[in-house]
Amino acid sequence: MSVTQHLSYDVLNSLQEIMEDDFGFLIETFIQDSQDRLEKLHRLIGSDDFDSVRRAAHSFKGSCSNLGALRLVSLCAVLERKALVKDIANLGIDLAEIEEEFLIVHQKMLDFIA
Amino acid sequence: MNDSRSLKILVADDTDADRLILETIVRKEGHQVFSAKNGLEAVAIFQQEHPDIVLLDALMPEMDGFDAARQIKHLAGDEIVPIIFLTSLQDTESLVRCLDAGGDDFLSKPYNRVILKAKIKSFNRMRGLHNTMITQRDQLAQHHQRLLQEQTVAKQVFDNVAHSGCLNASNVRYFLSSLAVFNGDVVVAAIRPNGNMMVLLGDFTGHGLPAAIGAMPLASTFYGMVHKGFSMSDVLREINKKLKAILPIGLFCCATMIDFNFRRKRLKVWNGGLPAGMIYRQADGSITPMRSTHLPLGVLPEKNFKDDAQFYDVEEGDRIFMWSDGIHEARNLDGDMFGEERLLEVFAKGSEPVNVFDDILASVKNFIGSGEQDDDLSMIEIRMDAPENLVHPNHYFIHRQQLSPVEWEMRFEVKPTSFKSFDPLPFLLNVLTEEPDLRGFSGSLYTILAELYSNALEHGVLNLSGNLKKSPEGFAEYYTQREKLLSKITDGFVHIYVAYSSNIEGGSLTLRVEDSGSGFDYNARQGKILSTTGYSGRGIGIVEKLCKTVRYYGSGNKVEAVFAWINDD
Repeated sequence: MSVTQHLSYDVLNSLQEIMEDDFGFLIETFIQDSQDRLEKLHRLIGSDDFDSVRRAAHSFKGSCSNLGALRLVSLCAVLERKALVKDIANLGIDLAEIEEEFLIVHQKMLDFIA
Repeated sequence: MNDSRSLKILVADDTDADRLILETIVRKEGHQVFSAKNGLEAVAIFQQEHPDIVLLDALMPEMDGFDAARQIKHLAGDEIVPIIFLTSLQDTESLVRCLDAGGDDFLSKPYNRVILKAKIKSFNRMRGLHNTMITQRDQLAQHHQRLLQEQTVAKQVFDNVAHSGCLNASNVRYFLSSLAVFNGDVVVAAIRPNGNMMVLLGDFTGHGLPAAIGAMPLASTFYGMVHKGFSMSDVLREINKKLKAILPIGLFCCATMIDFNFRRKRLKVWNGGLPAGMIYRQADGSITPMRSTHLPLGVLPEKNFKDDAQFYDVEEGDRIFMWSDGIHEARNLDGDMFGEERLLEVFAKGSEPVNVFDDILASVKNFIGSGEQDDDLSMIEIRMDAPENLVHPNHYFIHRQQLSPVEWEMRFEVKPTSFKSFDPLPFLLNVLTEEPDLRGFSGSLYTILAELYSNALEHGVLNLSGNLKKSPEGFAEYYTQREKLLSKITDGFVHIYVAYSSNIEGGSLTLRVEDSGSGFDYNARQGKILSTTGYSGRGIGIVEKLCKTVRYYGSGNKVEAVFAWINDD
């Protein structure tokens, strides 16, 4: 997993091309979105609502995929799969990994638009 | 339909960043974007904006994409609104769920602008095709509806014309499909003034309106003429002439026409191209076919048309069947035709005569089974009945007419001032041929009147000698003198008296012509009635041949010719 890139700059470049002036706004929106989702995941992991965990992880995965956050996609996929089979062991660790990766992606994205 | 470059596209996604990307891509392609954050909003916006294409995220709060897709498809009804699911779902089950909910395609994340553009274009093309199909389907349904309406109206008009007759008389049974006229089949029946029933069964070539078009003039000619007492050959000639004139080549009418004389128990039959009708004799159960001996109506030009008919003697209780080729050509599941042999077998079974009609129908329907009906069945049965037992709508009117003989007379004088310019013959002939039974004799009547009038004028009033006409040179001299005398004549007259008398058996026409001349020695002519030769006197010989009697009176300046006829139908 460590071999996966944090960000695909191809994806970001083509997004920049599409969004033009709105690219910065898109990045801000993604970061805000992601922070909301991470908070939600925190709440859900404490409960036994595995289906909601799965769906939240899935949606986050899709969003990360659109923004080229490749490693986040992989990490969300792991969480999604575990929630599907109700494998509750280490869910907290998985989420912590996701949060850690998000911080890196956040910084790299800010660097990219800077 | 919207131009492909400007569609209304609904984007429903709960992730703001993803929605933002899609909105931007779609808007940059020149489309109008409507956004929804969940399924409920998506359905509400769909109802309000009627977008052309919907991009729908599968997993959303409030209402997910599956339910939203189902509702949108339901709301769209007949119209095609492509739904493209936005998903990174990969498992078979989820993808099947999308399609089951009404999804038409998928777009996976990360979004690819080129692929989305191609999908929108392709779905818009499909939408266009679908809308064209729906429009054409609706047009087709509309045309079909209009065709049915037109047929209903045409049928009403036709029924009003065709059913003014006596098809509901007590001795008539018939079977016709309700829209038979559009099958080309037509049945008309009417009572002649003499009490005879005239029935015509026709089968026009083709189907639909082209086949029905000729039925109208046929029916109106038939009823117009039969009620006035025209003979069968007059009616047939007229119908043939009309159809020949109006129908295109290749369209004609196979027909059987029968004149039923109930009083004399006799049929007069003309069959042009229809399968043989049958006389089913009650006494011994035998059948007599009435086969086609002519070409159909509307084929031959007037001068080549043949109207000669077959005569059959029948008894009360005998039944006469006529049909179009629908019975003969009815096919069973194997494609075999019912044919005349099977028809004859029905008669051979020896059922009660009253049941034969139903037996034939049952037998044909049985034979067809669940097979397709190529042509509709048209059949009519007429029972020979005593004239007094016939009940039909215009019964009383006819009854009164046929019992009362018709008699009239008229007098007519040509004055000297008019001898030169006035020809009384067309005028007289017009009056005479108003009588239906004289119409067939107009040629003979003209010959008789012309001869009697010119004799009265030339030999009587003008006192020209017929001897002059014995040589060709004299002939010319005769007419020179005639012109000279006519131009200066100031007195004299020709009286014409006509007496008409007719009854059910026939009638006579008495013509008396008197002139102001000195007459001639008619006794000297006795005995050589037909032996007159040469140019002069030939005319009167023909008159004597045509008339029952020709007699001279007075000094020979009065002549009486009696023309008589017998009704043979």
